[in-house]
Amino acid sequence: MRPILMKGHERPLTFLRYNRDGDLLFSCAKDHTPNVWFADNGDRLGTYSGHNGAVWSCDVSRDSTRLITGSADQTAKLWDVQTGAELFTFRFDAPARSVEFAIGDGLAVITTDNFMGNVPTAQVKRIADDPDDQSEESLLVISGIKGRINRAVWGPLNRTIITAGEDATIRIWDTETGTCLNESDKEQGHQKTITSLSKSADWSHFLTGSLDKSAKLWDTRTLTLIKTYVTERPVNAVDISPLLDHVVIGGGQDAMNVTMTDRRAGKFEAKFFHKILQEEIGGVKGHFGPINALAFNPDGRSFSSGGEDGYVRLHHFDSDYFNIKI
Amino acid sequence: MAVEVATQKIRWGELEEDDEGDLDFLLPPRVVSGPDENGFKKVVEYRFDDKGNKVKVTRTFRVRKIARARLSKSAIERRSWPKFGDAVQEDVGARLTMVSTEEIVLERPRAPGSKAEEPSASGDPLASKSGAVLMVCRTCGKKGDHWTSKCPYKDLAPQTEAFVDRPPTADGSGPPGGAVKGAYVPPSMRSGAVDRVGHDMRRRNDENSVRVTNLSEDTREPDLLELFRTFGPVSRVYVAVDQKTGASRGFGFVNFVHREDAEKAISKLNGYGYDNLILRVEWATPRPN
Repeated sequence: MRPILMKGHERPLTFLRYNRDGDLLFSCAKDHTPNVWFADNGDRLGTYSGHNGAVWSCDVSRDSTRLITGSADQTAKLWDVQTGAELFTFRFDAPARSVEFAIGDGLAVITTDNFMGNVPTAQVKRIADDPDDQSEESLLVISGIKGRINRAVWGPLNRTIITAGEDATIRIWDTETGTCLNESDKEQGHQKTITSLSKSADWSHFLTGSLDKSAKLWDTRTLTLIKTYVTERPVNAVDISPLLDHVVIGGGQDAMNVTMTDRRAGKFEAKFFHKILQEEIGGVKGHFGPINALAFNPDGRSFSSGGEDGYVRLHHFDSDYFNIKI
Repeated sequence: MAVEVATQKIRWGELEEDDEGDLDFLLPPRVVSGPDENGFKKVVEYRFDDKGNKVKVTRTFRVRKIARARLSKSAIERRSWPKFGDAVQEDVGARLTMVSTEEIVLERPRAPGSKAEEPSASGDPLASKSGAVLMVCRTCGKKGDHWTSKCPYKDLAPQTEAFVDRPPTADGSGPPGGAVKGAYVPPSMRSGAVDRVGHDMRRRNDENSVRVTNLSEDTREPDLLELFRTFGPVSRVYVAVDQKTGASRGFGFVNFVHREDAEKAISKLNGYGYDNLILRVEWATPRPN
C-alpha cells in the first residue's frame, strides 16, 4: 500500500477520530488547531481554530454535525463540523483531556487533569440540540481517582463510564450515581500508565494500551481480562478492527529519547495482532517518531496513524491484507 | 467512488509555457480515452516544444480506487462542502497531502504460512547470524579473526590439547571415536588409527621459533626473511595478516633451523629499529590452552 501523508499539523499528533460514515477523519495535535480530512484521498476539508493550547482528543457526533474537542487551554469546545464555527466553550480549571459523546449525542463526558492541586475528574455534560441553550453545568462529576485520567468512554446504553489513566487501573462508573462499580484486577491489569482505550464496534469489549509495553482486551460488562498482546515498545495508541479479528497497536520509545538512538531502535511501526490468537500479523512502518494515535476506518478497509513527527499517515489496505492467514 | 490520482489542476511548471506566444489554437484538441477495465486512461495532448516543434504527448494514467466506500447520502453531500478555516487559502503548492513515494508493506514477522517458531529453541540461532562472534579459533582461542583451520598458530599448538575446547561430550569421557553421534572425527582420531606422527613434527616446529612484534604494517614475509636470513637458515616466516582488511596485524613468526641462530637473532634484533618502529623479538611461547 502507498500511504497518504497528511502534514496539516506543526506539532505531534495526539488523537485521530473517524466519523461514523468513515468519510471524514478528524485529527488533533499539540498545535492548537484540529483538522478534518476526507478519509479517502486525504484532502483537507477544514480546520477548527479557537483553542489556545494542545488539543488532546475529540469526538464527532453520530450525524457528523458536531465536534467536541478537549484542550490543554482548560476548555472543551463544541464545533460545527461543516463550517468550523465554534458553538460553545466549556471552561474548566484544569486541562481537558478526553472527550466523548454518549449514544444519542445528548451527553458528553469530559475529563480534566490533575493540575495545580485539582483532582482529576470526569464530568458529564448535557449537549443541547440548539447551541444557544447549551449550559456549562455538569450533570455528574466523577472524582476519586489518583492519577490523570487519560481516557473516559461511555459503556453500553450510557449506563456506565469507563475510565483509564495514570494509575494503571480501569474503572467502571455508574452514570446515575457516580459510584465505582468495578475495578480492574491489579495483578492481571496494566502495570504502568494506560495511554489509550478503544472500544470494539459493538462495544462488548475494549482494548487498552499501556506504557508497560502491552495492550489488553477487556470485557466491557464484567471487566474481565480476555487477551493480552505483548509488544516490545510502550504503547501509546490502540484500535480494534471493525472488520477482521485484528487489533493494531502503536507506540514507540519515549519521545524524549528518539534522537538518541537509531530509528529502527524506536519501534515506530504500527503492529497488527490477531485479536483472538494474540499472534503478531505484521507491522507497518513509516513514522519517524512514536505513534500517538491510531484509528481504523469504520469500514475496516483503511486505517490512519498519527505520530510524534506531526504526520498523519492514511493507509488503504491492499487486497492481500484481507486474505492473511495465520 | 473513484478518485483520480492524477489531478486536473494546472501546475506552475505547465503554466510557464504560455509566454511563448499563443500558438496553442493551432494544435489538435486533447483526446482522453478510457479508463478501460484495467483502470488505464490515456490522454493525448499536443504542444510546442522549445524549438517550436509540434510534439505529441501521450500520457497513460492508472485510475485506481483508493477506497471502496459505499457512501451514505450525507457523506456524498459532505463531499461538496466548501473548505473552511485554514484549508481555504491552501493552494496546490502547499502539498499538505501527498501520496507516499514509498511502497509500504505489512511486514510479516515470518514467512506467511510458516509456523511460529519458539525463539532460542534450537540452540543459539542469534549467534549464527553474527558470524564474527561464532568464529572462534579452537587453537588460539581468538574470536572473530580466523577459523581454526586457518589459525597462524596451529603449528605451534600441541595437537593433543587442541580438542580441549570441544563440547564435553566429545571431551574427556571415553575415546573420541566413540559415542558422539554425528560429530565429525578426523581419520587420525578415529579408533584404530595409527599413532600420530604429526606430534613430533609440531614439536620440532615449535622450537627455534621466534616471535617478532611491533612490525610496521608494510612489513611482509619477504622483508622479514630478508632481515632474519643473515643469522642463519630460516625454515619458515609468517606474518599475521588481518583476514578482512588484508593489512598486517603487526606481528610474525620466524623459525630457524638452528637454535643458536635464533638466539643470535633475538639478541641482535630485539630493540632494533626497523621501518621507524622498534622491533621486539623473543622466543615464541607455545600457547597454553
